[in-house]
Amino acid sequence: MATENAPASIYRAEQNLGLWEHRGKVAAVGIGHSPTARRWDGKAETCVGAMSILALRAAIEDSGVDPAKIDGLVIDPVTTTGAFWPKGKPLPLDVINQFNTTEQPLDGITQLSVEWLLKNMPELANVKFTMYGAGCMSRAICVAAQAVGDGQTHTCLVLKSWHNLEGRYYQGGAAGSNTISGTAAMRNLWGTPASFGTALQFAEYCRKYGKSHDMMAPFMENSRRNGLLFPEGYWAQHRPEVLTKEDYLAARWIAKPASLFDNDIPITVSGAYLYTTAERAKDLKQKPVYILNHAASVGRARGLTPTLDEVEEETARTAKKIYQGAGITAADLSFENMYDGFSLFHPFHLEGLGYRGIKFGEALDFYQTDISIEGPNPVSPSGGNIGSGRSRFWMHTDCIQQLQGRAGARQITGITPEIAVSGGPMPVGGNYTVWSATPD
Amino acid sequence: MSKQGVEPDELSRPFWQAANANKLVIQNCQQCDRLQHPPLRKCTACGATEHLEWKPMSGRGQIYNYAVVHDGPIKSLHEDQPFNVAVITLEEDSGIQMYSHLPGTPVDEVPIHGNVEVIFQATDNGQKVPEWRVVD
Repeated sequence: MATENAPASIYRAEQNLGLWEHRGKVAAVGIGHSPTARRWDGKAETCVGAMSILALRAAIEDSGVDPAKIDGLVIDPVTTTGAFWPKGKPLPLDVINQFNTTEQPLDGITQLSVEWLLKNMPELANVKFTMYGAGCMSRAICVAAQAVGDGQTHTCLVLKSWHNLEGRYYQGGAAGSNTISGTAAMRNLWGTPASFGTALQFAEYCRKYGKSHDMMAPFMENSRRNGLLFPEGYWAQHRPEVLTKEDYLAARWIAKPASLFDNDIPITVSGAYLYTTAERAKDLKQKPVYILNHAASVGRARGLTPTLDEVEEETARTAKKIYQGAGITAADLSFENMYDGFSLFHPFHLEGLGYRGIKFGEALDFYQTDISIEGPNPVSPSGGNIGSGRSRFWMHTDCIQQLQGRAGARQITGITPEIAVSGGPMPVGGNYTVWSATPD
Repeated sequence: MSKQGVEPDELSRPFWQAANANKLVIQNCQQCDRLQHPPLRKCTACGATEHLEWKPMSGRGQIYNYAVVHDGPIKSLHEDQPFNVAVITLEEDSGIQMYSHLPGTPVDEVPIHGNVEVIFQATDNGQKVPEWRVVD
């Protein structure tokens, strides 16, 4: 059974698609995470494959579903945080040989296939539907939601995993070589880090609306605070350090106006969810969280980097898709968990959504108000990547947990959590899910 | 600044050949008369795969935006950090962007909307690359 990438048609990317045909008929019923680590320590039990198995088994256990009843598996096969296995470095045979292997020697170490997982998880003997939702968890869960809704799978695991090896982020591979290929050079020759494009957009934003980088500080403090209340996250597990406004403003620049803390910290981690039909979800262990819609942004910049105008047009377009498919308006959102894996684009997501009625140019002012989990306008209660390290799935986990009422110390108290939205990564190019405590 | 060498590939070769001759060319779709950069195998506007030509540019443009790189991924540029990376838009079409280190412009003193003209600088393997200089 060869696993294929999800076809483009599975994502709800077009405008004016109307109400999602499976609105409220698919539910998340299980969550599982591996422990986090800053980097892989080279041991078999902490390789990305082993972490994935941990997360998947945790999600299964959380749901109370018999593994034999699981018939679907959707994953992202790409696991790199920007770390590459160095050319010429011997394969870690002592690790590889502790697992059932595939034809790819680094499967389970620097990449992940469905085949590898199924070979190493004998309890998933009845998986018939498999698909790759490459990109990040935000894409994979849309694939799973649509597949369950369409009846391609009834009870489906979704997984996203990350490996992080030693060395600096994205400084291996092409960046470390003496030459670069001609077409890539047109974009990469100038030595820009990953947050450069977002830094550009934020600089343009500040000029256009008369704002400044220090206005991000309340968002950053709030995100770290929420992250430290997220026991599954990196900062809570390894570095329980409060981030103050002073810390944030004193941080060194990466690509000014993006500083160190505006960039999420790459980590090793796996996360998994179990999706099933709303009908099946009724009598499972956990309170179901229903999917009201999934939507995709497929906008594309004309130039090398999206301009602020392009970002604003696209986030507004995406919000329409999100709301229309779910049959809701911005006023129905109890809270938001939009992606923040560069913190400086979180305002763009928020403004596109029109969260709490804010308009373009108003997000930074909004951050100066009460955005805490105790207040009436919670922003990023998960803490996101900024609060818990780069997983690109904390926001989804948090939406599910908040709506189930099991977010622990992070539980929103200022409002009643009923409907939420999460997704990303980029304001131009991302996938979004609308979650609900009830199916209608 | 010591830029990585460039190895022209099939798609980009005319751009780099022109740069070695101190000329700036950009891919243009003759069918819809639209520029695009970086080059692609088809026009992103009309989808045409044929009728893609390389069109000479004036070499004049404006600074649209910039950020200052303090911690970038390319080793050969580390000793030059921090440095400007500006987004240049072309006089012929403000939707076309090119990056520039803006040689001669002090770090973080970039004149937004300032006029620039193209110059050509050699990379580490001798291949020339379009760069941009602020003009009055």
